[in-house]
Amino acid sequence: MLWFLVRRILSAIPVLLIVSIVTFMIIWIVPGDVTAEFAGPDASPEQIEQLRHQLGLDRPLLERALLWYGNLLQGDLGQSYLLDRSVVGAVMERLPVTLSLVAFGLVLSVVLGMALGILAAIRHNSWVDQASMSLALLGLSLPDFWFGLVLIILFGVQLGWLPTGGFVPPTESVFGWLRCMALPAFTLALTQMGVIARMTRSSMLDVLGQDYVRTARAKGMPFLVVTLKHALLNALIPIVTIVGIMTGVMLGGAVVIESVFSLPGVGRLIIGSIQRRDFPIIQGGLLITAATFVFINIAVDVLYGWIDPRVRDER
Amino acid sequence: MSGEAATVDDSVNLAAEMARARRRQRIDVGLRLLRHGSFRVGLVLFGVIAVLALLAPIVAPFDPDKNDYRSLLAAPSWVHLLGTDAFGRDILSRIVYGARVSLRVGVGVVLVTGVIGTFLGTVAGYVRPLDNVLMRIMDGLMAFPGVLLAIALAAALSPSEGNVVAALSVAFVPRTARVVRSSVLVVKRLPYVEAAVAAGAGHARIVFRYILANALSPLIVQLTFVFAVSILAEAVLSFLGVGPPPPAASLGNIIAEGRTYVQDAPWIAFFPGVVIASAVLGLNLMGDGLRDIIDPRLGKTREAG
Repeated sequence: MLWFLVRRILSAIPVLLIVSIVTFMIIWIVPGDVTAEFAGPDASPEQIEQLRHQLGLDRPLLERALLWYGNLLQGDLGQSYLLDRSVVGAVMERLPVTLSLVAFGLVLSVVLGMALGILAAIRHNSWVDQASMSLALLGLSLPDFWFGLVLIILFGVQLGWLPTGGFVPPTESVFGWLRCMALPAFTLALTQMGVIARMTRSSMLDVLGQDYVRTARAKGMPFLVVTLKHALLNALIPIVTIVGIMTGVMLGGAVVIESVFSLPGVGRLIIGSIQRRDFPIIQGGLLITAATFVFINIAVDVLYGWIDPRVRDER
Repeated sequence: MSGEAATVDDSVNLAAEMARARRRQRIDVGLRLLRHGSFRVGLVLFGVIAVLALLAPIVAPFDPDKNDYRSLLAAPSWVHLLGTDAFGRDILSRIVYGARVSLRVGVGVVLVTGVIGTFLGTVAGYVRPLDNVLMRIMDGLMAFPGVLLAIALAAALSPSEGNVVAALSVAFVPRTARVVRSSVLVVKRLPYVEAAVAAGAGHARIVFRYILANALSPLIVQLTFVFAVSILAEAVLSFLGVGPPPPAASLGNIIAEGRTYVQDAPWIAFFPGVVIASAVLGLNLMGDGLRDIIDPRLGKTREAG
């Protein structure tokens, strides 16, 4: 198990290397003069030159890359152009909001998705099956930011049940936090539960058709015990993998959802920085989000190896 | 002499017979697709929107960019079927023109992703020494949430439709390359490819005629989903202000503008979303149908996203 863990962590190194190269290249593909654009139309050429020197953008690309990597290895992603603070500090401060949104959304979508998938599998080829799968596909087809707006109109404006945006930290009021996270998490969950529902259905159908399930039924075990205990536990394995992949999609979705619901997460920081052309923050947010995703996937793989020993011994 | 003639004659007949069989098979696949319930629903959903978008200049009742200060934020009525926005522009007209942007971007991403993804996937699957390097790069790109990478790239590049296509393609090429690579790896080991190698066929002939021709089904299914995801992602980029710049009537732009008026004029933001959802649902249904009919080996999972 330890060897499996070590191997899995080592395999993340090339991935993180590519991630860092792509992130560094973001500023390189910007057309025109970043400094002039950032300084604004009123800046004099001298001011622009001074700013360029200050930001270190007057050095050759290779030198900048080496400097950037040197700092990166020390956990330093530079200073924000505008916020007068370190990129790592600004992103890390907002990461908990994003991660809690993703976690909340993930739990909701796993619960809803698995319920739909199990329902579809045990009523295979009936209208229940069709209805649940249509619902799953419809969710996947909705633009998440738009669905968030619709929920705001419905539950925030028309019914007035939930706040239309804003954030209450859980340290201040757990109930307030739940209220302001409910709609964003539900938006994420409904647009993503389809992936889980479809996976659960096919995985359950696979398992339900196997001999040991029929044997369990034949010896008189109650239907629910067989489905939920014997079948579902074994159907869980592929579902765990899909949860890992979904985390990435949800991290991307959270970026947009945060902007719709005015949640102070990494996504809103990145979007705000795009309008201000604050590239170090964009790069830092991108890099830290991707690294988070890589580590979540390692965790999922380890979990997977723990559930299913065959995976550990392979390769 | 006569024996030789007979052989030539037979081979001509055989070739004609094979061509006929292939055509029959193609028609058969088409018929089965049309009989597939969800494919049919998807085709109608997507088809209606595509036709409306293509015929936008004829269908749109108003000029999509013309301001009308006498009817600002007008609710849906018989004159303006889907209402107007804060400049008095007709929402229905803006939506049919906006759907054109969505479809153009979608087609663009499908073409770019299809060509580059097929190239990279085939090289990785066929040229063993390059496989590891290429796939590690693809893994690295896939470590970014696709939408987030596209947002960052589109933000760095100047806002334009072409750059949106470029940004989305970078995000979706790795997944497509992976699909192509895995089916090339399977097809490569089939006996008839070995037979072609033994018969002395060159690399180009083996790759194009024998491997790619049979690795296409998963690619077609994958590209349907790429089309769907691109429409969604283009809307996200436009909504966040890094898509085709306003006043271009892209569906995401209309929703972004309507967001300010969500309380008083919810129709501005509402209807474009319905159109996006219908087009994407249509494509997803078609993708499911295609997978059931032309590539039944695949499970019910999706790679795009």
